[in-house]
This record gives sequence, C-alpha cells and structure tokens, in this order.
Amino acid sequence: MSLTTATINRLTVNEKMIKILKDVFSKVTNTLILPIIGIAIFVALWSITAKSIHTSLGEFPGPNVVVKQFSVLYDEHIAERQKAVAFYVRQDIRNAKKLEKNPDYVVKIRAYTGKETFVDQIFTSLITVTSGFLVAAFIAIPLGIWMGLSAKLNSALNPIVQIFKPVSPLAWLPLVTMIVSALYVSDDPLVSKSFITSLITVSLCSLWPMVINTSIGVSSINSDLLNVSKVLRLPTLTHIRKIVLPASIPMIFTGMRLSFSVAWMVLIAAEMLAQNPGLGKFVWDEFQNGSSDSLARIMAAVLVIGFIGFLLDRIMLMLQQKVSWDKSSASV
Amino acid sequence: MTITTTTNPEEHFLKISHIDMAFPTPSGSFTALKDVDIQIKKGEFISLIGHSGCGKSTVLNIVAGIYQATNGGVLLKNKEVNEPGPERAVVFQNHSLLPWLTSYQNVELAVDQVFSKTMSKAEKKEWIEHNLKLVHMDHAMHKRPDEISGGMKQRVGIARALAMQPEVLLMDEPFGALDALTRAHMQDSLMEIQKELNNTVIMITHDVDEAVLLSDRIVMMTNGPEATIGEILDVNLPHPRNRLALAEDPEYNRLRSAVLKFLYEKQRKVEVIPTTKTNKEDEQKATSVA
Ligand SMILES: Nc1ncnc2c1ncn2[C@@H]1O[C@H](COP(=O)(O)OP(=O)(O)OP(=O)(O)O)[C@@H](O)[C@H]1O
Ligand SMILES: [Mg+2]
Repeated sequence: MSLTTATINRLTVNEKMIKILKDVFSKVTNTLILPIIGIAIFVALWSITAKSIHTSLGEFPGPNVVVKQFSVLYDEHIAERQKAVAFYVRQDIRNAKKLEKNPDYVVKIRAYTGKETFVDQIFTSLITVTSGFLVAAFIAIPLGIWMGLSAKLNSALNPIVQIFKPVSPLAWLPLVTMIVSALYVSDDPLVSKSFITSLITVSLCSLWPMVINTSIGVSSINSDLLNVSKVLRLPTLTHIRKIVLPASIPMIFTGMRLSFSVAWMVLIAAEMLAQNPGLGKFVWDEFQNGSSDSLARIMAAVLVIGFIGFLLDRIMLMLQQKVSWDKSSASV
Repeated sequence: MTITTTTNPEEHFLKISHIDMAFPTPSGSFTALKDVDIQIKKGEFISLIGHSGCGKSTVLNIVAGIYQATNGGVLLKNKEVNEPGPERAVVFQNHSLLPWLTSYQNVELAVDQVFSKTMSKAEKKEWIEHNLKLVHMDHAMHKRPDEISGGMKQRVGIARALAMQPEVLLMDEPFGALDALTRAHMQDSLMEIQKELNNTVIMITHDVDEAVLLSDRIVMMTNGPEATIGEILDVNLPHPRNRLALAEDPEYNRLRSAVLKFLYEKQRKVEVIPTTKTNKEDEQKATSVA
C-alpha cells in the first residue's frame, strides 16, 4: 500500500518538474531564442543581399561595415568633445592674458561652434520630439475630453480633425517655416527658429491621433457610470477627474502611443527637409556628402532611429502600466 | 375628505403621477408607458414585476430623474423630481461600480459627495465602514471590483446606495445576474437591512418568489407598448419572513400564484414565455428587434 502511494507521489512530483521545465523552456524560447533566430536570419539575408547591390557610392554596406561605422561615429563624437574642451581652455588662457595686460578688459566668452556629431544629433532629435509631443498632448487631451463630453462640439470639430489628420508633415513644413520666420523674430532667441519649426510640425501631425482617441474614449464611457455620476450630482470638474479621466485613460494612452510614433516619424522627415538639426539632417548631410562611408553611416542612423522609436514606445507602455487601472489594456 | 389625503405626508411620500413616456425612434415616437400611477408610503417596499421590455426600467429611471416623463411627473415629498440626485439612490442592474476604485473608494465617492459639509473625515470613514459592514463586505473593502465575485459587487453597489442615506432606494433587478444560492443569501441580507433601516424601496424583479418574499406591495405591469399598471397586490405576510416557513404558508402560495397567473395568463406574451434565464435573454432580443 505505502509503496504504491509513494510511487504515485514520486510520479506526480516528476510530472510537476517536467511541467515546470516545459513552461520555463517555452518562455525562454518565446522571449529569447525565437527573436535571436529572427534577427540572425535578417542579418544573414542583409549581408548576402548587400554584396550584390552596387551603388555609385560602392557596395551596399553589410552588417559588419555598419557596426564598424558605429564605433567611428562614437570616436568622432569623443574627438569633437575634446576639441571643444581644448577650445575653451585656449579661450580661457587668451582671456587671462588679455586681463593681465589690461585690467579693464571685458571678458568675452564665445561658445564653441564645432560640427554637431551623431550623438549630438540624437539628443537634439529626442528633445525636439519630446517637446513637440508634449505641446500636442497639452492641446489634444483637453480638447479630446471636451469633444467627448459635448456631442455638439464633436460634430462641429470632427470634419476639421478628419481633414487635417491625413496631412503629411511635408505639406505643413513650408507653411510652418514661413510663419515661424515671420512671427518669431527676436535678437536673442531663446531657442533656434529651426527648433520651433520642427516642434510645430511635429505637434501638428501628432495632435490628431490623441484628439480622436481621447474623444472616442470619453464619449464611449459606459452610460451606467455616467448615471452614477448624475445620481451623485458630481460637479463637472469632479466628474472629469473622478469618472471621465480614469475611464478613458486606456484610450488616451492608445492615442498617446500612436501620436508618439507619428511624432518620431514626422520629426525625421521634417529635419531632413528643413535642414533642422537632428538625426534627419544627419541622414541628409551624409547623402549629400556622398563619401564611401555615407551609406554605412546612413544605415547606422536608420538602425538608431528604429531603436529609439521602439524605446520611446516602450517608455510610453511602462507609463501606461503605471497609470492605468486596466492592466490588460496596457499590452503590446 | 381630500384634505386628509393631501396633507398626510406618510400616505403620499412618493407619488408617481400619471406618467406617459414616449421615446423618439427612427420609425416615429414609441410610447413605452401610458398613465402609470403609483402612490408610495414612507418605508414601503414595492416590487415592480412584468415581462421583459414592458417598461420597468423606464419607470425606475423616471423616478431616478435620469429620464424625463413626457406627461405627468414624480413628486417626492410634494416636490417635483426633474433631475437625478442622491436622495433617490439607484442600485443599477449591473452593479456599476467604478472599476478603478476599491469597494471602500466606491462608497467613499458617494459619501464624500453627499456628506461633504456635514461630516468630518473620521465620521466619513466610520460611515463608509459601517455601510460596508451592513452588507458584510468589510472583509474585502480594499479590493477592486475585478477582484471580488458578482454577488460581492452587487453588495458593494447596495452599500454605496445605502451610504447616501437616500429617501428612496431604487433597485433595478439587483440580484438578476446572480446564481440562486447567492441570490437567496442577498435577499436575506436585504431583509435584515430593511428591518434595521426601514427604507422606502422600489425594486424591479423578474423573480416571483423574490417579489413576494420582500415586498409590501407588488406592482404588476402589463406588456408594452403603452404599458401600464395591471394589478397591485398587497402582501400582508408578517415580518420577519423566512423563506422555508413561507414555502408551506397558504397565503404565500396564494400571492405567488396570483402573480404567476397575472404574468402567464393575463399578460401572456405572444413570443416565447420566459421560463429560464437564457430564454429571457433571447426574448429580450426578439422584443427589441420587433
Ligand atoms: N432610450 C430608449 N429609446 C427608445 N426606446 C427605449 C429606450 N429605453 C427603453 N426603450 C423601449 O421602452 C420599452 C421598455 O424598456 P425598459 O428598458 O423599461 O424595459 P424593462 O421592463 O426594464 O425590460 P427588462 O426587464 O428586459 O429590463 C422597450 O420596448 C424598449 O425598447
Ligand atoms: Mg430593465
């Protein structure tokens, strides 16, 4: 008797072990092994096809060339930084000498105006996209909430939203550039004109997904929840804060994620076309340079652009999971 | 003689006075209710029963102030009702708890709003906990709706309504979505609470036993369109009521069969007679299509 129960127990323990191992295995396969295989196949295909594409700038860069280019780009950045430091040291020495000769001399400090490196461009782009996105969010979310609450406002604004939503940034850009040049005149501008132009273009294009999703989220709140609010006679602001906002957070975030990816795509195009500093300009400059490294450097930029876009989306997702009560809505 | 009826507030606490309700629909106006007239005493427990789609929820929503009657009106303590308010608390059919708040916070939202000026923070906390205790939900008050069962959600919904200290408690099929055992348990809880608080209640139900067990009067509605009150049945069974003892009680069985007769003989539906829950849903679809 006891023997049989013991074997049964052992069996079930073994089975449990096997089940756990299987679970772990399938998890590892799904999250690690399969993606690695996918990437490996992609890299292999890339290096094979790259060899057979011949452009006027030479062979299309394969993965190894691009990887090398990454370290070149980084070295250039370090070198540029050292030059900047050296420049300031020289300037300080010069100023000190001048002061020695003439104690009344007013010290002038000039900023270093070296060429922007790849790393600098990345940061410029990130700052621009974030600012443009935030400006858009500050307009779009309140507007979307208002449109969701008022069917009349929604009918009034919906045609405008629908018409402007599909407009490409390339169409906005000339207009925005001209308007910014006309209106943003200041002798000592806090930020550059090109920054404002990119920012506005990004905002204009990333506004709409947020407006639409927010207003849909708000207008589709379960009518029972709205009745709860009516029975309690919640004042409008409390109603928005306690009922409308939490209920539509999942949709608002869906809109924000859509908008952020639109913003990132738009920014690269805007920078390229308008010669605004940033990754887009980097790509354009390399294209114009037409050196033998250009294609590899552009390919490196493409990978970085994609990777940053992915990271931005992940950050938004993490934010959503933090803020949203509905964890299931915050998935990939 | 009329003087006594109009001045006695007990008699005419809540007056649903000759209401008609017409909904505008794409194919013209649809008259759901016609001349619905009920006088309700303070502390009375009224059940509204009738076939699906006859207009029970519409009556309740008019009393709640969520809908406006096209003709006639509702008077609560001689004041006309024309918007929703916490003195007419509603327990919605599907609990309607805010899913992002815990049970405690759901009740708190109501208490904060209704007693914003009259209660201190500590008093509010005590009052919220008291109401959750009343429905036996104090053990799970910091859980969110998705972490508790259907019956528990419904109980929190009732606690939220009770916490508003309403003059009238309106319940739209509060136990409709529950299984028979939970439902019986909830009915017992409700009777217990009712014994303590003696609220004025209008409850919609599909369940004949529930209506007889809980009510002082059963209002039976005819089928729509132009639904109205068919019969009103006084339930004079002594309190406290016990479902097991009542099963043998001849008066209980008389009342029960009176309601059944009304529903299945006098107001027999042309469509499938709803006998089970699933049939009922099918039929709801059928009526809404028709
Ligand atoms: N907002 C509305 N617009 C148009 N028609 C409506 C509206 N609300 C209800 N009706 C109609 O009024 C009638 C009564 O509906 P109501 O919801 O009051 O029925 P009910 O008795 O509560 O049914 P159930 O028991 O299934 O909940 C139905 O025929 C329904 O189609
Ligand atoms: Mg109903």
